[in-house]
Amino acid sequence: MPFDHAHAVRERFRSLRSRAAFWSLRVHAERGERHAVRQDTPQPPSVSFDRGAMLTAVSDGGYGYCATSDLSRAGLQQALDRATAWAEATRAKSVIRFDARDMPAPRGEYDGPQGDDAPARDAIHDLLAAECRAAKIDARIVERFAAIHLFEDERLYLTNTGADLRQRFRYTLPYARVAANEGADTQSRSLEYARQGGFESVAASGFPGCGARLADEALQLLAAPNCPTGTMDLLLMPDQMMLQIHESIGHPLELDRILGDERNYAGTSFVTPDMFGSYRYGSELLNVTYDPTQAEEFATYRWDDDGTPAAKVWLIRDGLLVAPLGARLSQARAGLPGTANARASNWNRPPIDRMANLNVEPGESPLEAMIASIENGVLMRSNVSWSIDDARNKFQFGCEWGERIENGRRVGVVKNPNYRGVSATFWRGLRMVGDASTFEVHGTLNCGKGEPNQAVHCGHAAPACLFGAVEVFGGG
Amino acid sequence: MKQRFFELAGRLERGLAADETLLLGLDAERSDFVRFNRGRVRQAGSVEQRTLELRIVRAGRQASTTLELGDAAGDPALAAEALAALRDSLDALPEDPWLLINETPASTDTARRGALPAPDTVIDQVVGAANGRDLVGIYAGGTILRGFANSLGQRNWHEVDSFNFDWSLHGAGRAVKGMTAGFEWDRTQFGEQLEAAARALALLEAAPRTIAPGEVRAYLAPRAMEELMGLLAWDAFSGRAHATKQSPLLRMAQGATLAPAITLRETGADGIAPPFQADGFVKPPSVTLIDAGRLGAALVAPRTAKEYGLEPNGAEAGESPESLELGAGTLAQDDVLAALDTGLYIGNLWYLNYSDRAACRITGMTRFATFWVEGGRIVAPVGAMRFDDTIYRMLGENLEALTRERELLLDPSTYEGRSTASARLPGALLRALRFTL
Repeated sequence: MPFDHAHAVRERFRSLRSRAAFWSLRVHAERGERHAVRQDTPQPPSVSFDRGAMLTAVSDGGYGYCATSDLSRAGLQQALDRATAWAEATRAKSVIRFDARDMPAPRGEYDGPQGDDAPARDAIHDLLAAECRAAKIDARIVERFAAIHLFEDERLYLTNTGADLRQRFRYTLPYARVAANEGADTQSRSLEYARQGGFESVAASGFPGCGARLADEALQLLAAPNCPTGTMDLLLMPDQMMLQIHESIGHPLELDRILGDERNYAGTSFVTPDMFGSYRYGSELLNVTYDPTQAEEFATYRWDDDGTPAAKVWLIRDGLLVAPLGARLSQARAGLPGTANARASNWNRPPIDRMANLNVEPGESPLEAMIASIENGVLMRSNVSWSIDDARNKFQFGCEWGERIENGRRVGVVKNPNYRGVSATFWRGLRMVGDASTFEVHGTLNCGKGEPNQAVHCGHAAPACLFGAVEVFGGG
Repeated sequence: MKQRFFELAGRLERGLAADETLLLGLDAERSDFVRFNRGRVRQAGSVEQRTLELRIVRAGRQASTTLELGDAAGDPALAAEALAALRDSLDALPEDPWLLINETPASTDTARRGALPAPDTVIDQVVGAANGRDLVGIYAGGTILRGFANSLGQRNWHEVDSFNFDWSLHGAGRAVKGMTAGFEWDRTQFGEQLEAAARALALLEAAPRTIAPGEVRAYLAPRAMEELMGLLAWDAFSGRAHATKQSPLLRMAQGATLAPAITLRETGADGIAPPFQADGFVKPPSVTLIDAGRLGAALVAPRTAKEYGLEPNGAEAGESPESLELGAGTLAQDDVLAALDTGLYIGNLWYLNYSDRAACRITGMTRFATFWVEGGRIVAPVGAMRFDDTIYRMLGENLEALTRERELLLDPSTYEGRSTASARLPGALLRALRFTL
């Protein structure tokens, strides 16, 4: 495990002193290994060990933090003193009056799925080398890359009011990408897989055999026509639904954005507090949940970084907006219900409202029925481009892979598939939701937000979904 | 920290075998962060971080570890333990054919001292100046430290005291972006910028104009140009991306050109980024990436150089520019509105990405202060609009002028740590920009 000093840190924490009414310590320790092969050449292995602590203090309505990698007693006391000074400097000048009585004090432990241990480095490199080699099927293949990132993450949360939480997580992330070029055109295909668990994830991801498949698909794209332009049906597969959910449901529902915290950086939201309980976000087929109950999903945890216990919450039910993605503090500020989603990217950043696992619940339509219902449309998978306005409304997304659908049949591959729309109306065009057989669990590693900036990982599970009357176009 | 880092390097080097080379890198900072919303404090705190990279090289093999240094007493044992584990791992590794490190020691020592405010001074002065107005943003200030050492005798140190207050002033559904950044905090300068923003915000209170999608004459202010350059930094100038035909400027490699006014250089003249990189190479004074509209040199990291038979030119592994400079034009800043005549004045762009990477077709949004201008006068604000156009049209056939004045823009990014990147950019007047939504 990445952190074997929990007992010693607890002892040191008990000896800390502060003038503040409330103080906490959050240790975050992570061990990572990156293995990669590029163009049949093993890349130098790299190992990372990261650990540090954030001390937080609440005093007379003020709040302050100080993060340090010095975990000695003196280092922790110095950080607590500084956090206390910040809390005192901000009282009566804060946008919120922080109240120590609001801070929860839970105790417990949680281990995410650990799965199989990784094999020796040689075996991992052999696996990567095989896929890299298998992708060399044509002179037009210009780059082949295969990688596995292993990391373990442990979080310890202690408060002077008695909280004591320890959570451990393991991740095994296979990745591959193949690019092909002909003249002025370059196309690529990639495999990404982001879930919690051990080395069994590699086989489950479809990684074995992906080298040749991705190379073949990149060559198919080179030979394909551009995606047609027009208003038509759009069938999004789960790996693109991940991005669609993330950008045009997840971010707009973040309560700190709605409260204005992010207006200088990540942006605001077209959603306003009065919409909860009455606003029609999508068609009646749209059901969206914050769901920490699927253990293998990327952002499953038992408690958030402020110690709030996590439970499944319906955010959109039958198309109606029900609840935002807002943690304990934001809920109190807005007077709205919410979720356990105060998350920090690391020991050196404070918790803010983040997405965690945000899912579209499965519907009743088999994929074949969805395709059969399309007279004129395009299927898209594997996101490659994303852009959306600061209110998370006007978006334009692009995918690596498209397939033309005419009169209920897939009729060929198209390249540079893009679509654009407006979040406030796009989901109302949801006309079929895939059944459980189309449901897939995905995740994303780098969701950026916050000042100072933080990149966190999120889970998104969804079925295939069919949207009507979408503005679709290609490249050139 | 400098003495502590070099002493650690010396201690570890004394334990090396004759055929081993050790490289150490330090990436550290002591930072204060004060986040504001509605003219008051949202979150405030400090971060002290010290990330050490150890890399060992022997017989053409290499392996590396990064770790977070803790207390001074425990660091030597922590680093020695990590080095021992690296050493043990080397024998099982194959030779690395793309290994290239600087073997000619080139030591440097740069320090830029500043005058930064105490934390409660920032709070008092900003909350006081906001005076109930809706100011949102973040103050990030402190000392950034970068170090490099190798067992061949090279020592490099770079230390900068700087701050970056990235803020915006908000009215009813409208906002004006501001930035107060540099090396010496000046409350008068911030106060003047805030009042200027308040005057600009008043202009935005007029009824907004809706512009139909299509081609529109436009001026991109330096901050909007910064977003455009930020997207191009993603592989457009990478030697590896060019060698594998994946650069968004692929068509420039095949003869396409931008306007002759476009000369783009990576240069360390402003002295914010360290003048050395992780393999020990010292950066040249300047690399010309686009020369009078034609593709120039690429940024070449040592591994790329070894793989493709090129010369390294100080680039880090990501081969992204850190200190871009776009040559000045001839249009006086004071004449921008008159030259625009009728069209869009775009203060900021947001969330750019490629619609068609190989064609360098780019989409993105307008954000913050964007105005409709008629007859050289601002007549109305304009809501967020989406553009979708190629770089060859924007900075090629449709580029009418660049401004004579340029702005030095310090990157406010704080992912994992405070950025040392910067850009010196003019504004750009475009005959047409294609809007879609």
